Amino acid sequence: MKQNAVIDENTGYTTEDGRKIGGVMMDLRNITLRFGGVEAIKNISFDIREGEIRAIIGPNGAGKSSMLNVISGFYKPQEGEVYFRGEKRPPLKPYQVARQGVARTFQNIALFEGMSVLDNIMTGRMGHIKSNMLSQAIWAGKAQREENENREAVERIIDFLEIQAIRKTPVGRLPYGLKKRVELARALAAEPDLLLLDEPMAGMNVEEKEDMSRFILDVNDEFGTTTALIEHDMGVVMDLSDRVVVMDYGRKIGDGTPQEVRNNQEVIDAYLGVAHD
Amino acid sequence: MSADFLYGIEVIINGLMAGVLYALVALGFVLIYKASGIFNYAQGVMALFSALTLAGIMSGQVPFAHLINAIFGTEIHYFGWEVPVLAAIVLTLVVMVVFAWCVQRFVFRHLVGQEPIILFMATIGLAYFLEGVGDLMWGSDIKTLAVGLPQGGSMFVENATSGLGGDDFYGFFIDKLDMVATVVAIILVAGLIAFSQYTKQGRAMRAVADDHQAALSVGISLNFIWVLVWSLAGLVALVAGVMWGAKSGVQFSLSLIALKALPVLMLGGFTSIPGAIVGGLIIGVGEKLFEYLIGAPFLGGATENWFAYVLALLFLVFRPQGLFGERIIERV
Repeated sequence: MKQNAVIDENTGYTTEDGRKIGGVMMDLRNITLRFGGVEAIKNISFDIREGEIRAIIGPNGAGKSSMLNVISGFYKPQEGEVYFRGEKRPPLKPYQVARQGVARTFQNIALFEGMSVLDNIMTGRMGHIKSNMLSQAIWAGKAQREENENREAVERIIDFLEIQAIRKTPVGRLPYGLKKRVELARALAAEPDLLLLDEPMAGMNVEEKEDMSRFILDVNDEFGTTTALIEHDMGVVMDLSDRVVVMDYGRKIGDGTPQEVRNNQEVIDAYLGVAHD
Repeated sequence: MSADFLYGIEVIINGLMAGVLYALVALGFVLIYKASGIFNYAQGVMALFSALTLAGIMSGQVPFAHLINAIFGTEIHYFGWEVPVLAAIVLTLVVMVVFAWCVQRFVFRHLVGQEPIILFMATIGLAYFLEGVGDLMWGSDIKTLAVGLPQGGSMFVENATSGLGGDDFYGFFIDKLDMVATVVAIILVAGLIAFSQYTKQGRAMRAVADDHQAALSVGISLNFIWVLVWSLAGLVALVAGVMWGAKSGVQFSLSLIALKALPVLMLGGFTSIPGAIVGGLIIGVGEKLFEYLIGAPFLGGATENWFAYVLALLFLVFRPQGLFGERIIERV
């Protein structure tokens, strides 16, 4: 049973649907992040394990997005360490983190509005192009082969996320729900080790949410992609995630399987709005 | 065909070629504006600086000679060698890349996220600074740029076309330098388009132009791309500097060709490479044709000085985004 899963420090655990979760991939230790006098994150530690879907939840302003920004290098915490694949990560720029195999999406969608869906997703393959500039420009043998391989990878993702019909459409013309999907596609195109999703279902209707949940589960199933996501919708989080971190006012108030978290008094208080003293 | 009609055609051809040179300057603006939203007032001075550097390196001038002599009391001016054209061009390119890196490292890196007007002001400062550096490095005397480009009217074209008209027509007079400039510009533009469409760095450049956050999240270094863009603008400046410099000598007034690029940008839009080219051609042909048909016979001539600006003004009134610029849509 999920709620009784015993987590072994090194080898991980098995979920109730039989997926094998591995060892620690990313370990965040005592992270504190301040903006001037405001502490957005207060001494938070948690880990993300190989192959799992890890959710970060909490009320508005709890510091969830800040946490994701720390992981992806957009924010630099004042205190604490980030361990990635067992090694302490030095302070890196966001593009360096991306090159290490961490892909992400944004709460407010950051797509290249002027480019087509296909071109947008192709930018996700940036790290997989190894041939030199000149041979790419004149379309020489190796560069062409590489381009074809990247195209194929992108087409697979397009099929997977069911966005064939809009391949050539400029992203600026797409409705919100599809933009979210294209952003996910671009992140997947990088074949990331760790996928970070900042509110992948915000502003979606029930149908779109169901689609997106299915995609996230399928991605995890098919490619074994480790996923960390932020979500408001408790129902979705409970269905989707293997383990949940709960944040409130920058503190961590709960961590465990959805079942454990659901029964945590402090979490219930935070969500039902009991006065903080 | 009447001689008048053929002469009109010659005016158009010459206009097209002048337009190519305008387009070359405008291209440099478009490159930087597209990728970083900076309107680079210094583009003209960059053309001047690169031409100065090329001329200086070729003649074996000692950079900062006056400064060195003033400080150390020496009397050195020349190394005493002459650098072949190709090697000098490569060296000049290196200088332009170093310049691009410095601009990014010491100026624009510290201005990320600032208002466009502030970035624009910074490029004005940059223009005057670079002008001063150019003077200090290579001296302020007028230099000739003998890079071996052919000059003068092409006898070949003249002879080949002289049979078209009657006895009054002696064939088209077309400057060889203009022909070379056209060919070089076509190669340059083709290269730039191939670069931005098909290479990883070109795609990254377009990505950065579109959205910084998204670009970072797919592993693109903004700093690298900005240095790259300024280097490309330096390359375009060098080409423009060589062409204009060969035409009229390397001197301060070269930096004023940037002013001619403004109407071209108004027409073509600030964000479109094809726009810069078509805009340049329209201005080139327009001003020559206007001078020939209306200016010289009715207005006392010299209309070329203002025609482009008036045309730009009309565009500003009726189509502010230019012919190819992105449509300006305000959502309320």
